[in-house]
Amino acid sequence: MLAKRIIPCLDVREGKVVKGVNFVGIKEVGDPVECAAAYDAQGADEIVFLDIIASHEGRGTMLDVVRRTAKKVFVPLTVGGGIRTIDDFRDTLRAGADKVSVNSAAVRNPQLISQAADIFGCQCVVTAIDAKKCPDGHYTVVINGGRIDMQMDAVKWAKRVEALGAGEILLTSMDTDGVKGGFDIDMLNAVCSVVKIPVIASGGCGSLEHFTDVFEKTNSAAALAASLFHYGELTVGEVKTELKKHGIPVRMV
Amino acid sequence: MIAIIDYGAGNIFSVKNACDYLGLPAVLTKDKGEIESADGMILPGVGAFPWAMKQLEQANLVETIKEQAEEKPLLGICLGMQMLFSKGYEFEETEGLGLIEGSVELMRPEGLSIPHIGWNKLIVNHDCPLLHGLSDDEYVYFVHSYGAKCADENLMAYCEYGDMVTALAAKGNVYGCQFHPEKSSKTGLAILKNFAALMEDRK
Repeated sequence: MLAKRIIPCLDVREGKVVKGVNFVGIKEVGDPVECAAAYDAQGADEIVFLDIIASHEGRGTMLDVVRRTAKKVFVPLTVGGGIRTIDDFRDTLRAGADKVSVNSAAVRNPQLISQAADIFGCQCVVTAIDAKKCPDGHYTVVINGGRIDMQMDAVKWAKRVEALGAGEILLTSMDTDGVKGGFDIDMLNAVCSVVKIPVIASGGCGSLEHFTDVFEKTNSAAALAASLFHYGELTVGEVKTELKKHGIPVRMV
Repeated sequence: MIAIIDYGAGNIFSVKNACDYLGLPAVLTKDKGEIESADGMILPGVGAFPWAMKQLEQANLVETIKEQAEEKPLLGICLGMQMLFSKGYEFEETEGLGLIEGSVELMRPEGLSIPHIGWNKLIVNHDCPLLHGLSDDEYVYFVHSYGAKCADENLMAYCEYGDMVTALAAKGNVYGCQFHPEKSSKTGLAILKNFAALMEDRK
């Protein structure tokens, strides 16, 4: 039986871990390699690096971070942010990433998912979907950090990315992200009920209880969090101890 | 010195990185002489079975690996583990290295998706030196769609994913893990260390 995964996410800008504070200021909080190694020691099942500038010039810096991380961290590493082409996939995987996450570029060019899956295998293609609830109750896909509403049904898009060959879906609810009131259980259930590939829950966790909830109330395979772990409000170990207490299968270290 | 056999498959750098991190001398090579003088071999691999066997044949490494496996420890990882068996059925029937009797077939876990990706719990079937020092609650990282079927005596550890999945197989000097020790954090690194200890014992 597969363990439920706990995944810390690191926002990286120009080789440094950063964190937006109230969506305005950007605060540097450390070296991504050291942070990733610390999370590995805490029992993280996977690490996600998100390149938040993702400019062409910045790409080389990110690849260098990936190469250095791969020498010290021995859990799967997923890298996303600004991935637009097959060459971006290749460069990122060669640097030592195990999976590559695509978001906006896949919405604009869905064939990117199938091409990448054909060349590199579906196991390394993660499709990130950012979504929010519309007044009529359905979920719509948003891109560019939530700024552009694509007027696209998020549940249908999830089914489509699975058919195109995505190996996993990283689902972030823009309604719960940053609020710390818990994961978006309804949105996760809407997506989990239509796909067989693993869904990673993202956006909204603020307490131990939220992790238990997401695994007890949805079929999510993993839960991702950023600031909660960055600021040491919770450690990965604390989350797993709590999950284990509730009978949820986790890898303890 | 560990010879990490480089036949063009991806992901070999992560195995080298893990050896470097553990301070185990290792070299990426397809050179016969270098493989012959090494104390142990690792056969890594990501890709398809027929393609990978063809790469080994074209590099004239099939006989070298078989001969050397009689004298020194060999560890196959993921596709490298699958190639240790007699036959593979990925796309077409392909002869494997035949170092362990068994076949590699598409997994059909009922109600579950393939590839089998993620951390799964190792269940020990027989005592194996690669698992020394590990607890009975260890998880390792898998990414695969095909699985090996072998005799109970060669099945050292398995995991459950719909059905029983061969996780660690062994025969004599030959060991194969379906999971990726180089991606399995402390547990995986401990397994690699145990493998290196076998090379020391041989000296």
